[in-house]
Amino acid sequence: MDLKELVAYKLKRKFPEVEFEYSDYREQLAITFDKKFIVKVASFLKDEEELQFKLCEDVTAIDWAHRKNRFTVVYHIFSLKLNSRIRLKVPLNGVDESDFNVDSVSSVWKTADWHERETYDMYGIIFNNHPDLRRMYMPEEFEYYPLRKDFPLMGIPGSLPLPKKDD
Amino acid sequence: MEKITSKEEVPTKILQSLLNKETDITVDTALENEMILNMGPQHPATHGVLRLLLRLDGETVLACVPELGYLHRGYEKMAENMSYYEFIPHTDRLDYLSPLANNVAWVLAVEKLAGIEAPPRAQYIRMMVSEMTRIASHLVAIGALAMDVGALTVFLWTLREREKILDIWDILCGARFTNSYTRIGGVANDAQPEVLAKVKWFIDQYEENLDECERLINTNRIFVERMDGVGVISGEDAIQIGFTGPNLRGSGVEFDLRRATPYMFYNDIDFKIPVYKEGDCLARYFVRADETRESVKIIRQVLDKMPQGETILNNPKRVLPKKTEIYSKMEELIHDFMIVNFGINPPVGEVYSAVENPKGELGFYLVSQGEGHPWKCKIRSPSMVNLQAIPQLVKGHMISDVVAIIGSIDPVMGEADK
Repeated sequence: MDLKELVAYKLKRKFPEVEFEYSDYREQLAITFDKKFIVKVASFLKDEEELQFKLCEDVTAIDWAHRKNRFTVVYHIFSLKLNSRIRLKVPLNGVDESDFNVDSVSSVWKTADWHERETYDMYGIIFNNHPDLRRMYMPEEFEYYPLRKDFPLMGIPGSLPLPKKDD
Repeated sequence: MEKITSKEEVPTKILQSLLNKETDITVDTALENEMILNMGPQHPATHGVLRLLLRLDGETVLACVPELGYLHRGYEKMAENMSYYEFIPHTDRLDYLSPLANNVAWVLAVEKLAGIEAPPRAQYIRMMVSEMTRIASHLVAIGALAMDVGALTVFLWTLREREKILDIWDILCGARFTNSYTRIGGVANDAQPEVLAKVKWFIDQYEENLDECERLINTNRIFVERMDGVGVISGEDAIQIGFTGPNLRGSGVEFDLRRATPYMFYNDIDFKIPVYKEGDCLARYFVRADETRESVKIIRQVLDKMPQGETILNNPKRVLPKKTEIYSKMEELIHDFMIVNFGINPPVGEVYSAVENPKGELGFYLVSQGEGHPWKCKIRSPSMVNLQAIPQLVKGHMISDVVAIIGSIDPVMGEADK
């Protein structure tokens, strides 16, 4: 059984109510599903005896700018047992600021903590139940999210205030 | 603690995060006051601009919060606004101790996205330079670590070895440090016989010199006692926190992307993956030293197996043609114009391509909309993820151990901050 069949079989048995969409562009398996189930699916993929996707390599997001569902959060996870990687994709439906949130997987993979902080810093996506959601790279008082497509490449003048002078 | 929170200024979020941290460290003769110590961003032992906020009781670290971003240049944003070719020089500046390995990682990702593959000779040259980079990077790591814990001579000796590698790069591609040597579909120029002879000379004399360096520290009681049992992390925890590369193998997990998901021709090469079970600073140091020996083995086999032939792919729609042909042929001139002005336009799709860099897993996640520039480029940098373990590693240790732990993690801030 190849990876796609194995993962699809396991997920179908465990979550009959969830719709999974599979793609294997360039031999890389990607699974798209609803954001409600991310924590459940993530912990299942991690703990399932035959899969063991224990290493979370990366969490990031894509800004589609013009589509109806503006952001997609992307997770890359690796199984040391199967020596293979899969990509989980959860679209965040909607274009309003209040729609840009998803449950944090830092309780499943501890390493997701900083990845999610970075994604929050760059895209402004809120990760619910995150233990310490602060900006990763930009200063605390920074008001914008630099990797969004509507943030100009040259930056916004005055958005990075110089440190105050001590008397 | 009282003094800080009652100051007229509102405590910043990072300070609040440090104070909120629950700590299970108990100190036998606890002092009445805890102290907050700011270490970095300008500190010689933090290997760049890493800032650590430490909560101390006496000399014991109770909690720690790292702060990144002092070298954030926004490479991901820049990548979205430039062509795939233009980004090659920027990858040099990610992990600036191993520029060639980053070049290789980037072009492998772009080639996968565009669905092309470099000719065998180019791939063998890429393997050679990747392994040479690994040696150079680990030499700096070992030297800097030894210097951090007080053995200065080792640093000079390992840098002397590294200098020889930089000289070889100078002949190979005309730059010692920021090489930008690889191209999409191959490498910039063929490796001259002179370079191959020099590489052979280097690997023949290297092991003897490494032994010499190791003799300085491996039996040095101060060095060993400052490293042994300091900053221990178990294999399970290391995977959980996202460790990759030598740091993970120092915790007893045999995971190497060159074996797990072979790329280029690593499948045909015979080499061992050094693994140590202890998971402390000393184990991470041993892994690095042993890995350079394995790299020497790999380079020797690569030199034996390297075929003759082209070093750049002949694919006019995706790969820049040779300069001489641009000047003499109309067709090539048109292709050159199209690629330079509009880019290589890979088909719509997305790939994640990761390689085993000296620091760990360097991955590029590229999303293409069929345009000349990537729609999204995410750099999965090993240093940033490895740094995440620092609060866990330093808890309960002395301030002087913090220095040793940072050195053994071997972060490069250019990569951690992107």
